[in-house]
Amino acid sequence: MKTFRRVLLAGALWAPLLGGLNTPVHAQTSPRAVIVASKPFGESYLLAEMFAQVLEARGLRVDRRPGLGATEIAFGALRDNRIDVFPEYTGTALVAILKQPPIADRQEAFRTVHREFSSRFGLLWLPPLGFENTYAIAVRRETAEKYHLKTLSDLARAAPLLTAGFTPDFIGRSDGLPGLARAYGFKPRQVRSLLQAVKYQALAEGSVDVIDGYSTDGRLAKYDLVVLEDERHFFPPYEAAAVLSSAIQRDVPGVAAALGELSGKLDVVTMRKLNERIEIDGEPIPDVARDALAGLGILRSDSTRAVSNVRVNGFFSYMWDRRGQILSLTGRHLVLVAVSLVAAILIAIPLGLLLERSRSSAEGVIRSVGLLQTVPSIALLAFMLPLLGIGLLPALFALFLYSLYPILRNTYSGVRDAAPAAVAAAEALGMTPHQVLRHVRLPLAAPIIMAGIRTAGVINVGTATLAAFIGAGGLGDPIVAGLALSDTRMILSGALPAALLALVVDLVLGSVERGLRIEGLK
Amino acid sequence: MDNAALEAVGIIKRYGTVTALDQVSLAVAPGECVALVGESGSGKTTLLRCFNRMVEPDGGQVLVNGDDASRVEPIRLRRHTGYVPQEGGLLPHWRVLRNAAMVPWLLDQPDATTRAAAALDLVGLPAAEYGERWPSELSGGQRQRVAIARALASDPPVILLDEPFGALDAITRGDLQESFIALRRRVPITTLLVTHDLNEAMRLADRIGVMRKGKLEQLASPRELLAHPATQYVQRLLQRAGVVAG
Repeated sequence: MKTFRRVLLAGALWAPLLGGLNTPVHAQTSPRAVIVASKPFGESYLLAEMFAQVLEARGLRVDRRPGLGATEIAFGALRDNRIDVFPEYTGTALVAILKQPPIADRQEAFRTVHREFSSRFGLLWLPPLGFENTYAIAVRRETAEKYHLKTLSDLARAAPLLTAGFTPDFIGRSDGLPGLARAYGFKPRQVRSLLQAVKYQALAEGSVDVIDGYSTDGRLAKYDLVVLEDERHFFPPYEAAAVLSSAIQRDVPGVAAALGELSGKLDVVTMRKLNERIEIDGEPIPDVARDALAGLGILRSDSTRAVSNVRVNGFFSYMWDRRGQILSLTGRHLVLVAVSLVAAILIAIPLGLLLERSRSSAEGVIRSVGLLQTVPSIALLAFMLPLLGIGLLPALFALFLYSLYPILRNTYSGVRDAAPAAVAAAEALGMTPHQVLRHVRLPLAAPIIMAGIRTAGVINVGTATLAAFIGAGGLGDPIVAGLALSDTRMILSGALPAALLALVVDLVLGSVERGLRIEGLK
Repeated sequence: MDNAALEAVGIIKRYGTVTALDQVSLAVAPGECVALVGESGSGKTTLLRCFNRMVEPDGGQVLVNGDDASRVEPIRLRRHTGYVPQEGGLLPHWRVLRNAAMVPWLLDQPDATTRAAAALDLVGLPAAEYGERWPSELSGGQRQRVAIARALASDPPVILLDEPFGALDAITRGDLQESFIALRRRVPITTLLVTHDLNEAMRLADRIGVMRKGKLEQLASPRELLAHPATQYVQRLLQRAGVVAG
């Protein structure tokens, strides 16, 4: 399909202008920017930020992609050289990526992922950072006391009375719930799927009785939770380490050496404290990373920095402090919406007019396009991944697909149903089909078509927040990050401007629609 | 008929297994007004629409001014054939004058607006007063007048009227019938009129064709029809319309 390719092409032309990830960066005259990414949870953000600061201290340019996506997305991006480095855990890599059975021995696990990643994908695992972050199955203290829970075997015994709240990730992974059920015979009364961000709160409030925490998570202590001992050593070792793309190893050899300095430097106590500062105290990640690096003697500490105390400030000053960033995210968001919407208009309106001419096939075509609408946006983005990678292009393409239906449906129905008596008379008096379309059907259908565009635009503003999951930026960035860090203000700093933007888009497109309304029609 | 303006010769039209027109022949002389009456489904509208090729017959021949209609390009034929549908069919997003000027504009006539204004005058809606109005600002009767003006604006040799007054209330219908009679006295235009109202046909037409089940039951002047109804059906029709005692 020619038009389809044109859209792709248009997207590809836009991408570099917008700082998209889709143009693989090849060796340039000066060393290129190192693209540092993370998965969407606090510790991953922090480690990535530490990587970034270490590299910047070595005079390298860094392009940050925090909270890029979960394991599969981040790994896929690294394999395809769309990002250069992100923090990963050996156990996760072994089970979720290599699809191998968990290995109990820590060093053996590292050797395996190091060898397999190198030979299969050309990716480099740097030596581990020094701490493990394994799953910590946790319960409230009162639950532990009531049922005398100390180990996972104890938990399995009491399980029929308990409701579990696990992340979707954990529910699906073989080193998660399925394996746990096998190893301990753990069968809770009910399993609820909970996001990382709400898990601890749900447990504290008693909505669930058991959660899958992370052993380095500061919130375990904050909520006074009891971590149950994995006495059968079911969970494989999850040692954190930096993983490097093949391209960066070739393009900027200094990266491995610089990040290698962090190997073995971070112990679990340090890590838990750092996580606590982020997730509980809500300190800015760059500050915490800087302090951590200073503490390790890798960076000089910056004594002039004011102690940040963001939680004390009000919401409006929080927003005000971030106005520049919010504005640029809003701009990026608007670009996502506008480009995808314009592309959808260029395809859907001609297609709708075409279908009006061959009505027998119309309903079938429109219904197939409508089917796209039923694909959940996250799933659609995931399907795009192998085809278009991450970043701007797949996001634009997904938004484009979502915009098609309302515009196509309204164009077709609007043009088909436009004033039948007027159309019949115009035909009977000698207008050509083209003239009927141009002078009768189209002007009469214009407000209806515009209403379709308006619907698509408003939906697009909302859906575009999900683009953050595949690194396309926009107002979804603070939402995704805020969800990962359980930071309501951060979520709102993306959600409120997005809501406002939807309102503005609706008003603007609504006034265009009114402008197109025919004067003679009351 | 020699020199007929409109002529149908043995027209057959089928829709699936239904025969809408069964060997219908009819001729309309120049300047004459022929009305087709009959129940819905009798085929009268189908026959009318054969003359501007909105319906293509399956058999027989349609002649317009002696030319075989099937050899005239349909768009061209329609632009030279006036047409007034039941609901007017004005373009709601065009003002009255522009609506009236549609056919001259389609024919690229340079004086399209002048012609439209003249036609509006003819139907009693002077352009100065009504030309800039939207169709939605007119009454139903006024809209039908504009539709008639639109059909006349380019001086077509023939106009086809498909139940032109059918959707109007009795008083407005009477007014328009008066105007139509007056109009025909000034412009002796060949007219084929479809109506379900025998009284209307009696008032307006020179001859009346009674249609039933795709056939022309009788074609005669109103006087002849009254005096010598050809079939029982025509007789009943006359009785029902109240023009003869039952």
